[in-house]
Amino acid sequence: MNQYIEQEKAEIAEIFASVSLFPRVQMFEVIAPSTKSMIEDPHLLAQPSSKKELFVAFTFLALQGFGGVLAVAQRVLCEQKRWLTREQFVEVLAVAQVLPGPNVCNVALMIGDRFFGWRGAFAALAGMMALPLVIVLMLTALYVQYAANPAVSGALRGMGAVSAGMIAGTGLKLVAAVRSNPMPAPVCGALLVLTFAAVALLRWPLVWVILALGLVACAYAWVRLRPDTAAPRRP
Amino acid sequence: MNGAMPVDLLALFGHFLVLSLLSIGGAITVAPDMHRVMVNQMGLLTDAQFNASIAIAQASPGPNVLFVAVMGYQAAGLAGAAATLFGIMLPSTTLALAAARWGHARRDWRAVQAFKAGMAPIVIGLLFATGWILSAQTPGWHHILLTIAAALLVWRTRVHLLLLVAAGAVVGGMGWI
Repeated sequence: MNQYIEQEKAEIAEIFASVSLFPRVQMFEVIAPSTKSMIEDPHLLAQPSSKKELFVAFTFLALQGFGGVLAVAQRVLCEQKRWLTREQFVEVLAVAQVLPGPNVCNVALMIGDRFFGWRGAFAALAGMMALPLVIVLMLTALYVQYAANPAVSGALRGMGAVSAGMIAGTGLKLVAAVRSNPMPAPVCGALLVLTFAAVALLRWPLVWVILALGLVACAYAWVRLRPDTAAPRRP
Repeated sequence: MNGAMPVDLLALFGHFLVLSLLSIGGAITVAPDMHRVMVNQMGLLTDAQFNASIAIAQASPGPNVLFVAVMGYQAAGLAGAAATLFGIMLPSTTLALAAARWGHARRDWRAVQAFKAGMAPIVIGLLFATGWILSAQTPGWHHILLTIAAALLVWRTRVHLLLLVAAGAVVGGMGWI
């Protein structure tokens, strides 16, 4: 595993050395497995130093996100930058998923807003969208010419399979975040499996699944958070 | 480009404003309605152009919602891209910001904490569901095996995500899946 970290570090350093407008920061240092537990401690979190850093960070993570940005966002925000714990990431994601709009864009907005108000929200969202928009429009012009090529369509299929796996893999990582949940682990597990079955296997409409399972889950969490039993969650 | 009139662009913008508020789970969830309007009703796109829009956005970096801009661009150039993208983003962005502030200001409330705790396992279940749906829409076991391999690598290792995507492109480009 260590060589992956070294490799990733070297790659990131290379990318950023080639683009000199980025301030030299501790921001891309990768956490060694032994210090992994630090991610869980909210007191050891870092903060972006400026709106520009937000913009740059979100541009950087969006550019790495093929077929979706969520996997990269979790890795960069929680593990590399340590702006959020995994638990906080799941919380932000919960709000982002329930509200209309692209999930990762909502995540960017909320995180930017938390650090620098609406200007921060705009910086994060603009970072996430601006450069990728230019790229996707250029690719559109290119794609029209090569769409019929079987290698191109095959490559697109392969990338699609991998990006699906990246989203599921992010889910696997975040499972650990429900350990601190006030609901017992078997209940969390059941809710997770039911959600998956309803949306992926039965193909029920998302709105109804979220409403029905969400209501049950939130009501149960509400009961579990009753002040006398909720001591561990209270500061 | 099919030479859309300014009136069409305004109608398109208005339609995407409404779709924005319906797009729970991401813009892709309202894609069927975009198809109804842009392909069937307004005739701004062909079926092939519509499908290509989604494929292109998936294959390029950045949030998947950019497929909306690709549709607008294919229908009416940059003005079309602006109409669809701003339409889909404005309402949801405003709402997300307002809701996040409301919740953050009341983060000590039991109801807000119950919401966050209750939704956490559901949100994670949705990630698995998304991975499953994206992978299972293409028939064949090789495809699903590649997805599972990618999921395990993301979970257990720190392999660079771009490297994974590149490997997927090579495997697919060689015709192995």
